Amino acid sequence: MAWCLKLGCAMFGDYFTRALIAGVGLALVAGPLGCFVVWRRMAYFGDTMAHSALLGVALSIILSMNMTLGVFAVAALVAGALIVLQRQASLSTDALLGILSHSTLAVGLVLVGFLTTVRIDLMGFLFGDILAVSVEDIVIIYGGGVGILAILILAWRPLLASTVSPELAEAEGLRPEASRLVLMILMASVIAIAMKLVGVLLITSLLIIPAATARRLSATPEAMAAVAAVLGAVAVVGGLFGSRTWDTASGPSIVVMALVIFLVSLAVPVSRLFGRRVPHGT
Amino acid sequence: MNAVVPKDILITLSNAGVTRGGRTLVNGVDLTIARGEIVTLIGPNGSGKSTTAKLATGVLKPTMGSVTRLPGLRIGYVPQKLSIDWTLPLTVERLMTLTGRHTPEAIDATLEAVGAARLRKAAVQELSGGEFQRVLFARAMIRKPDLLVLDEPVQGVDFSGEVALYELVRQIRDTTRSGILMISHDLHVVMAETDTVICLNGHVCCRGTPSAVKRSPEYLKLFGERAAGSLAIYEHHHDHEHHDDGCVVAEGHEHGHEGHDHGH
Repeated sequence: MAWCLKLGCAMFGDYFTRALIAGVGLALVAGPLGCFVVWRRMAYFGDTMAHSALLGVALSIILSMNMTLGVFAVAALVAGALIVLQRQASLSTDALLGILSHSTLAVGLVLVGFLTTVRIDLMGFLFGDILAVSVEDIVIIYGGGVGILAILILAWRPLLASTVSPELAEAEGLRPEASRLVLMILMASVIAIAMKLVGVLLITSLLIIPAATARRLSATPEAMAAVAAVLGAVAVVGGLFGSRTWDTASGPSIVVMALVIFLVSLAVPVSRLFGRRVPHGT
Repeated sequence: MNAVVPKDILITLSNAGVTRGGRTLVNGVDLTIARGEIVTLIGPNGSGKSTTAKLATGVLKPTMGSVTRLPGLRIGYVPQKLSIDWTLPLTVERLMTLTGRHTPEAIDATLEAVGAARLRKAAVQELSGGEFQRVLFARAMIRKPDLLVLDEPVQGVDFSGEVALYELVRQIRDTTRSGILMISHDLHVVMAETDTVICLNGHVCCRGTPSAVKRSPEYLKLFGERAAGSLAIYEHHHDHEHHDDGCVVAEGHEHGHEGHDHGH
């Protein structure tokens, strides 16, 4: 690639460096967004959207469209379907998530099986293949990532207010339904850009584990978002070096590293808040 | 005495009601809130207090009647139940800027006004029920609202805390001249401070000054049911209205009414 050489970025030539750059970029976005996933108890919801990503992969190959866009569209559709079903069906949200999560994954796997003309690295989609990241992927991650962070910052106050109390936000003129929609679109975007790196089965861990770790180290929502971003980046770097040293799978190694940081944080007696949950109201 | 010049009227509901999915949540509500006035909505659970408040704040659109609000009306809201999960780190000072930007000086002054200045750096999860309620008052007040909506403001607060909070409501009214819309099922203390009490049970049962409402048979019946837990008196003036205007029928109370009154 001429422009790459022109920039003098020989560093992009090394697959390991590309993986580091891509992973850190993803973690910087996933951390802050993951805070909302934790605050709003959307972990399973995020998982469901992520599982549907494989269906997005299959469909975009069949329709020969851009894979990132295909994954985004399917994840967003699944989120929309869930909202509609929540309003109408009598099944609990929990059961609905279970149905959507596993059926979209299964339909995706079946469709991939039909694709005899294209060779698909199924393991790569399920568990990610961060070492195969191209310069183009990095451009997508950073372009998309900057966009996601910009929207998150712009919509931060209403998002946070409607997380604390939708009722309060609504009474004071904000629109919690719109905030929810924004959040879902952002999650679908992160899933679309993250799938190639850590795979559909591990995406939500990058959202949740750094955010959960950051909680004990933070006194405000903004601090928690920043700490989660940094911790996610540390997990990516640590995980990738670990995987190179011990020749382990890169995606899972990153998640294991995030888990190790989480466990270590539990031992650090930093927060006097820990364990003091005073219920209010009622 | 409040001179009711038109510009002082913040909100007017005329014959307003909401039907949702075939159910009438509330209907025929007439209500005005003026600057510096305290209006209290009372009534049993499911009587339409919250729905009426949502009509006033504009969260719900009326399906019947009309609601007019002063253009650009600024609302401060103190929610009924607010349980902030431990996973969300939130200090009192951060809570103060939840729905809008405010200067540190304004935050200090407002917390001071509710007697919660020393809590500024505290995590909201660490506050007691009464402290948290004061902070929520401050959060709504810092917006300098035209209308302050208090949803069950003394829930979960002990008696002395309750008296103090009502004193605070009076102070807020006197110093800011906000209109105050209070939702309450606690009928004792609030009565003294309030200008107009509106007693709801799917529609407006009775209204007036606290002392007038206190003597009205509709109020006594509603209040008596709640307090005594049984009602042997066959005082059904009120219930016939329900059947006639049909609102309670739509709420599925048609059969419940007689059983309701005798059974409790």
